[in-house]
Amino acid sequence: MKNFKLVSAFSLWAVSASCAFATTVGFSQVGSESGWRTSFSEAVKAEAKQRGIDLKFADAQQKQENQIKAVRSFIAQGVDAIIIAPVVETGWKPVLKEAKRARIPVVIVDRNINVDDDSLYLTRIATDFTEEGRKIGEWLMDKTQGNCDIAELQGTVGATAAIDRATGFNAVIANYPNAKIVRSQTGEFTRAKGKEVMEGFLKAQNGQALCAVWAHNDEMALGAVQAIKEAGLKPGKDILIVSVDGVPDYFKAMADGDANATVEYSPHMGGPAFDAIDAFIKGNKEQSKWVSTTGEVFTQETAAAEYEKRRLR
Amino acid sequence: MMAQRFIPLWITASLLLVMFLIGSAQFEGFASIRVVTNLFRDNAFLLITALGMTLVIISGGIDLSVGSVIALSGVLTSVLITEYHWHPLQAFALVLPLGTLFGAMMGTIIHVYKLQPFIVTLAGMFLARGMATTISEESIAIDHPFYDAIADLSIALPGSGSLDISSLIFILFFIIIATVMHYSRFGTNVYALGGNAQSAELMGVSIAKTTISIYALSSFLATLAGIVFTFYTFSGYALGAVGVELDAIAAVVIGGTLLTGGRGFVLGTVLGVFLMGVIQTYITFDGTLSSWWTKIVIGLLLFFFIVLQKLLNGRKPSHG
Repeated sequence: MKNFKLVSAFSLWAVSASCAFATTVGFSQVGSESGWRTSFSEAVKAEAKQRGIDLKFADAQQKQENQIKAVRSFIAQGVDAIIIAPVVETGWKPVLKEAKRARIPVVIVDRNINVDDDSLYLTRIATDFTEEGRKIGEWLMDKTQGNCDIAELQGTVGATAAIDRATGFNAVIANYPNAKIVRSQTGEFTRAKGKEVMEGFLKAQNGQALCAVWAHNDEMALGAVQAIKEAGLKPGKDILIVSVDGVPDYFKAMADGDANATVEYSPHMGGPAFDAIDAFIKGNKEQSKWVSTTGEVFTQETAAAEYEKRRLR
Repeated sequence: MMAQRFIPLWITASLLLVMFLIGSAQFEGFASIRVVTNLFRDNAFLLITALGMTLVIISGGIDLSVGSVIALSGVLTSVLITEYHWHPLQAFALVLPLGTLFGAMMGTIIHVYKLQPFIVTLAGMFLARGMATTISEESIAIDHPFYDAIADLSIALPGSGSLDISSLIFILFFIIIATVMHYSRFGTNVYALGGNAQSAELMGVSIAKTTISIYALSSFLATLAGIVFTFYTFSGYALGAVGVELDAIAAVVIGGTLLTGGRGFVLGTVLGVFLMGVIQTYITFDGTLSSWWTKIVIGLLLFFFIVLQKLLNGRKPSHG
């Protein structure tokens, strides 16, 4: 039995070795902390499968040490390229240097990294968070003609996504004198905390109307929807709900009329990443250091159809 | 009896070898010096921490604070370097004694008030993590020529393997601790304390001095591991190294040290860490297995070793 396993392992190895053009790519993912993260992982896996790429997937369980270990293993394994979705921005220099020495290109996806020497990575595939905030801000100003008292549910303090989405949003509403953020607190990107903070907001408002809730992600927005319902108000009507991400649950909420709009934080970063790797292998060693993948605004009109699409995925 | 003491050690060593052979048979590039030296480099901070944990557990105690101490040490070091522009060596010279003092204090409280090490070090765990987070919630990057020099400094081995500073620090402390444990009065006292504290006292072991030294040493090593962790990530992060105390305890148990104290080997712990590291490497090489399998396998190994300890201890579970 054991022999058989060994033989089959060897023959598999022989097969994969015989088609020399098959690319092996190692992908170090942060973890599976949210629905979005999971669909991101699945999207990359599906894209790899479609292109016939042998993808080595490593879930770091939210720990940078696990990510560094995984990258070192990829280098030891001699993969053709490495994709990293970094958990934090700092501390990547040593391991990227190792990859560079082994002549393995590294593509950074999603969050940014903080290195002074940008030759340490091939390119970065990421959404422009500021652009996302701007897009959803414009949608809301359009909808309310610029008259709006807004409650803001911020993301985790210090997170790039939270800071930049707020920057983009605030830049838009600054042009409308009758639009302002009247309450703002962090909901730490989670549904439970979003609900808790929204309950506090509603109490503090003491019956004074709010025009909209602007949440830095869908999870918090969904928490706010629950809190508003429990307070006897109608989310989506009495208080507009806007956010960013586009997770399936949020599309469902939009289809039900409980939420109004979101900007999709596209999980499809695998495609551009593999394109960059292909180009590198074909000889294009110097590429632009940032490929932006900002998504579109989705509203209630298409929500039901979009939800069906995403649910089936 | 003599041979029985070594049974868990042999089992761990064999499992390590078997895992390595399976990996080598299955994957190209697994049986390389690079993979072996990666085990040292990637686990240096855990190895250093686990050395201290071994002592603590042999003495019949436990130290839950080490993960937080690593984070606190890393944050302090990086704040001193990045925000106060200290030279890294100056920062280490301040942080290491501070960390040692932290452990000595826990040891004193445990001894003077006759408290469970579990509770005292749990308090230490919250305290250290809380302090680290108060200093900075965000990860603080270290950008210093000294760190660049450290990253580039390593002993190259054939097969693109290399031992970096962190690995060498671990090897140095492994030799020191193993020597102390087996050839010094202090080492004998630690074993005696874990075997039976009362008879140890009758034999003339200073319980106070030994207990305080053990926790001071454990915190010293955790603080050192924190510094090594900054070499690893070039930053200090208050939320880093979460759960390292549990990995260290797991490694100690898998390495054949008796959880109730009195028996165990520093070498076993090192093998325990390597076994966990090889499992992780195997899962990364495979690339399709969920990384959570590492935890599942470690959980199963722990069950196995705890039952094994019970059986080897000769206590028949007839009354249970």
